[in-house]
Amino acid sequence: MRRLVSELALVAGKDLRIEARSRVTTNQVLPFAGMVLLLFAFALDPDRGLLPRVAPGLFWVATLLAGLLAVSRAFAIEGENGARDGLRLSGLDPAAVYLGKAASVTLQLLALEAVLAAGMFLLYDVEVANVGLLVLSAGLATAGVAAAGSVYGALAAGLRVRETLLPLLLLPVVAPVMLGATRAWEAALSGAPSEAWPWVQVMAVFAVIYTALGVVAFGPLMEES
Amino acid sequence: MTVLGRFPALSGVDLDVMEGDAVLLSGPNGAGKSTLLRLIAGLVPLTGGEGQVLGRDLARDRRSFRAEVALLGHDTFCYDDLTAAENLRFHARAAGRPKAVADAVLERVGLGRSANVAHRLLSAGQKRRLALGVVLAREARLLLLDEPHAGLDAPGREILDGAIADAKASGRTVIVASHELEQVRALVGREVVMAGGHASGGLVAEPDGDLVGV
Amino acid sequence: MTGSQDGTRLARVMGKGWLTPVLAVLTVGSLAILAVLGLWVAPPDALQGDAQRLMYVHVPVVMVAYLAFGVTTLASVLYLWKRTRHPQWDRLAAASAEIGVLTTALTLALGSLWGRPVWGVWWTWDARLVTTAVLLFLYLGYLALRRTISDPDVRARRSAFAALIAFVDVPIVHYSVEWWRSLHQESTLLPDGRLDPQIEGDMLIALLWGIGALLITYAYLLVQRYRLAALEEGFEGRALEAAIAERRAEADPEPATVGAS
Repeated sequence: MRRLVSELALVAGKDLRIEARSRVTTNQVLPFAGMVLLLFAFALDPDRGLLPRVAPGLFWVATLLAGLLAVSRAFAIEGENGARDGLRLSGLDPAAVYLGKAASVTLQLLALEAVLAAGMFLLYDVEVANVGLLVLSAGLATAGVAAAGSVYGALAAGLRVRETLLPLLLLPVVAPVMLGATRAWEAALSGAPSEAWPWVQVMAVFAVIYTALGVVAFGPLMEES
Repeated sequence: MTVLGRFPALSGVDLDVMEGDAVLLSGPNGAGKSTLLRLIAGLVPLTGGEGQVLGRDLARDRRSFRAEVALLGHDTFCYDDLTAAENLRFHARAAGRPKAVADAVLERVGLGRSANVAHRLLSAGQKRRLALGVVLAREARLLLLDEPHAGLDAPGREILDGAIADAKASGRTVIVASHELEQVRALVGREVVMAGGHASGGLVAEPDGDLVGV
Repeated sequence: MTGSQDGTRLARVMGKGWLTPVLAVLTVGSLAILAVLGLWVAPPDALQGDAQRLMYVHVPVVMVAYLAFGVTTLASVLYLWKRTRHPQWDRLAAASAEIGVLTTALTLALGSLWGRPVWGVWWTWDARLVTTAVLLFLYLGYLALRRTISDPDVRARRSAFAALIAFVDVPIVHYSVEWWRSLHQESTLLPDGRLDPQIEGDMLIALLWGIGALLITYAYLLVQRYRLAALEEGFEGRALEAAIAERRAEADPEPATVGAS
């Protein structure tokens, strides 16, 4: 078990270090998400008082789209220089590789969400009643998206059409997370946290199930690429 | 017979290698040398015949011995955005070796001064040395080298030959696939010729000691 | 590799010469009778009028869709499980998924046609409709994935996992969408979204017959699609062998024996 954790940390550390060096998430994905929020404002006309009401939904759409890019990037890294074979040969436990990658994507997305949310609260003029719920639901939602995304990342790995296939594969699957995160955030903004409880449960169940699926499926999926 | 997916790339390979042996695989292009090395590394599934590597069954357990095998192939298995040192440390620690091993290997392959240069910016010759470094940093029992001399300059070749000699001396098993027949023949104990997916030329294996066989 | 060469039970069933003609006759016959039952014998609904007749096709089609995806999932499990691994399960999974996607799209279309005269709108955010729409996308993704992989073994393995992952999601989607829509009954124009009228007598007979007829249709389409897949693979295999023989001839002057896979 300890070995799994240390291998997981090794893989996550590698991915995060690559991000620190290449700054793809900070310099490309974050501005993209910010631009999406801006575009929503163009589409929905800020003067009609609509934006604060729909802010959670728009935020999570933007985050989901950013998540697609983050997952895609996490697997694009392994396409260089035969790194995927290198990982197979390394003797690392595939479960550790999966968990490490999912962890790295989760952390990057959480950082992105923090900045994006701050920006959104300012742009859309939103007030927050319950910050704890906001953070909890964001954490669960992100973990779920990263877990499912990492499985599909492996499924689509090495395919020429990965960029267009991954969204089609991943978005329907994370629909429940989208629902849950939006409703939970609405409850957090409006100050009715008890309404969010079933949604928190849905997201937790989703995250657990898909993490388990990933741990089991990643090994076989890595082989015979 | 060995079939790669539905692609018959190897057939009629009958090979026995004892632990501690150094073997040269020679033959023309397309003979299946690379495929055989990848098969032994457990990367490619064995779909006909039987095989054992380091005591583990190739057909069933091909993931289990990967930590003890190192393959030097055409790719470097490195990440473009990480430095030479970071890449080596990652591969060393993935194989369960401490960072210090990686740093020592970095010096040994002559990349000490490029330690903090990103992989992306290394020259082709430096990348080949780094790939060799990855193999050495893993401190594996079985080394599989596919055309290791290709892309190395003269000092690099010296380092490579030294590494092969050291591996032999420390009891590791080395299988080298190469066109550099003169150079490698001097280093190894025997030669196996491959052609059209077949291999011939095995020594009789002693019953003692671990058997690395296909 | 055609079914008759496989020698496994499924392949033997699929390979039976009399299967397709019999199923074809049954399909056409039962659908014709369904048309008669649905359009003439069954009375029009008291509330919805003749539009309700779409139910005799719509409901069976939904059931076939879910059955098809269930078969896909089961076949995928059988493929992934080492003891029963065989390309035939992959073929079955793919064939069934195609029919599933077709029937799901048909379900949505028929539902839309039915809903328009009854509700006045083409679409409503009813929980079942939304879940069905998500289901459609889930399996469109499955089919898209299959199309982009050319190696049959890689394709079979990855699709099997994709089918499982999609299937696991279905109950989660269903539950969360239902909860969502139960909280948001915004429109007072539209009823609760349930279209089922009272069913009895001739209407019940027509509906049951419809279910039977669509099941036979499903079986017919499945067998045809399965056979087509088997033939396609045989064709691909031969083309691949020809390419390999050429490559061998380049590398090795002696003709090497190309092993059967």
